Amino acid sequence: MSRRALVVACTAIYIFLMLPLLVVFPISLSSAAYMQFPPPGFSWQWYERYLDDPQWIDATVRSLYVAVATAILALALGVPLAFSLVRGKFPGRWLVDRIALAPLIVPTIIVSVAVYGLFAKLKLIGEWYGLVIAHTVLALPFVVLVMSAGLRDFDRALEQAAEGLGASRARTLLKITLPLLRPSLVSAGLLAFISSFDELVVALFLAGPNMTLPKKMFDNILMEIDPTIAAVSVMQILLVSVVLILIGRFGRGLSNSAR
Amino acid sequence: MSSRWLGAWPAIPALLLLFVFFLYPVVRMLGFSIEGGTLDWYTKALGESLYLQVFWNTFEIAFWVTLICLLLGYPLGFLLATTTPGWATVGFIFVLLPLWTSVLVRTYAWMVLLGRNGVFNRMMLEAGLISDPVPMLNNFSGVLIGMVHVLLPYMVLPIYGAVRRVDPALVSAAEGLGASNSRIFRRVYLPLTLPGIFAGSVIVFVLSLGFFITPALLGGGRVVMLAVMIEQQIHQTLNWPFAAALSAVLLVFTLAVYAAAQRFTRSADA
Repeated sequence: MSRRALVVACTAIYIFLMLPLLVVFPISLSSAAYMQFPPPGFSWQWYERYLDDPQWIDATVRSLYVAVATAILALALGVPLAFSLVRGKFPGRWLVDRIALAPLIVPTIIVSVAVYGLFAKLKLIGEWYGLVIAHTVLALPFVVLVMSAGLRDFDRALEQAAEGLGASRARTLLKITLPLLRPSLVSAGLLAFISSFDELVVALFLAGPNMTLPKKMFDNILMEIDPTIAAVSVMQILLVSVVLILIGRFGRGLSNSAR
Repeated sequence: MSSRWLGAWPAIPALLLLFVFFLYPVVRMLGFSIEGGTLDWYTKALGESLYLQVFWNTFEIAFWVTLICLLLGYPLGFLLATTTPGWATVGFIFVLLPLWTSVLVRTYAWMVLLGRNGVFNRMMLEAGLISDPVPMLNNFSGVLIGMVHVLLPYMVLPIYGAVRRVDPALVSAAEGLGASNSRIFRRVYLPLTLPGIFAGSVIVFVLSLGFFITPALLGGGRVVMLAVMIEQQIHQTLNWPFAAALSAVLLVFTLAVYAAAQRFTRSADA
């Protein structure tokens, strides 16, 4: 295949990848009451409807604080775990490694049903912190993968220099190690945030009557497709773009950690 | 603390969380499937044609999704790995942006595009290409399109990595010896990027097996995959033991594919 044919083929594949993301923009600004393409006229009504509906706002706010709490908890647990896995030497480390990445391998539907069974017994259905716990389980592998990659590239001579100059281990950790790992920390935290903010399957089981944004969207798509969903989708796409820009600017490259 | 356990303690809080809220609930739930000491729920899952059909559907869809992702993902990963750094950055943005956009948003967008009154059907009707709307939603092809879109980045990334690792000196040598482009691809790139192809295919196949959102919305109840059926057993029929048996089967399939992949990779390395 010549180079030109390859570029043409890839352009077509990119159109396939981007088309669904682009199509929601005109629809969200349509004046028509149901889906029409091309839109007959311009209006902000679907954004207004979203902003005026306390159910939508409620679901958005809940998703935001669940995602923030998930990111904090996943970092608090995942960063020490990554330190253990990369720097520790102890029997069974390979097993800990497997367990830490297992939530990525076990299908989410199984985790959801299993946690639902336990939480129903503990009366945790509908509690926001129950959702945070389950989302943290799913976000941990991302934190571990990104942080482990960061730690493996870390130059330990810098820590030895600090300790050689008389810094305590705690001071070395706070003043040298963690600041140098900041790009990885930023990426890991943002990935954990997005993974929770977008998460539907666990929320479908654990959220109970308290909607998260994805669950509210799912219910709306099942019942009626009105362009309010398109407006919400546009805002979601813009949020993800901002997060990706932040990762690109302050974080460790995603493609680096994917390898 | 003895030096045998050097650096083990920071793992303990995370492990506690994983034991209490991941391993224990999964084992507990799987236990429901053999409650009363019978394997009746497994006989039902693996014996009745209705459920066998769902298993078959799941595998068939996973197979086609993997194949299509490979056919689309290889050229893309190849281009990204061999183009200039500037273009590669741009190219990556447009792979990662869909990857991190909510699956729900993308599935909804496909409903807008593929629906009976959707964008594609309207355009084709107005252009006079068709006289009746073509059904593209609530069927096999709709689920396939939606799932390929979600899973394609998982194929692109490992293939990109594999192509990047190919030594450019080998390519120059082949060129210097007069090999054509297609021959260089077949004799140099393809064999050397097989591990990437393999890794991407395994990830895509395994993720397909447990897929829920896309088949639930784009299948319209007509294309039932395993995860959708498990959800129905819990939410609609409240049949916990049967849902547990189906989950166990799904888990065994998933882990078996991983284990087989790991064995294969290890023997290939040796």
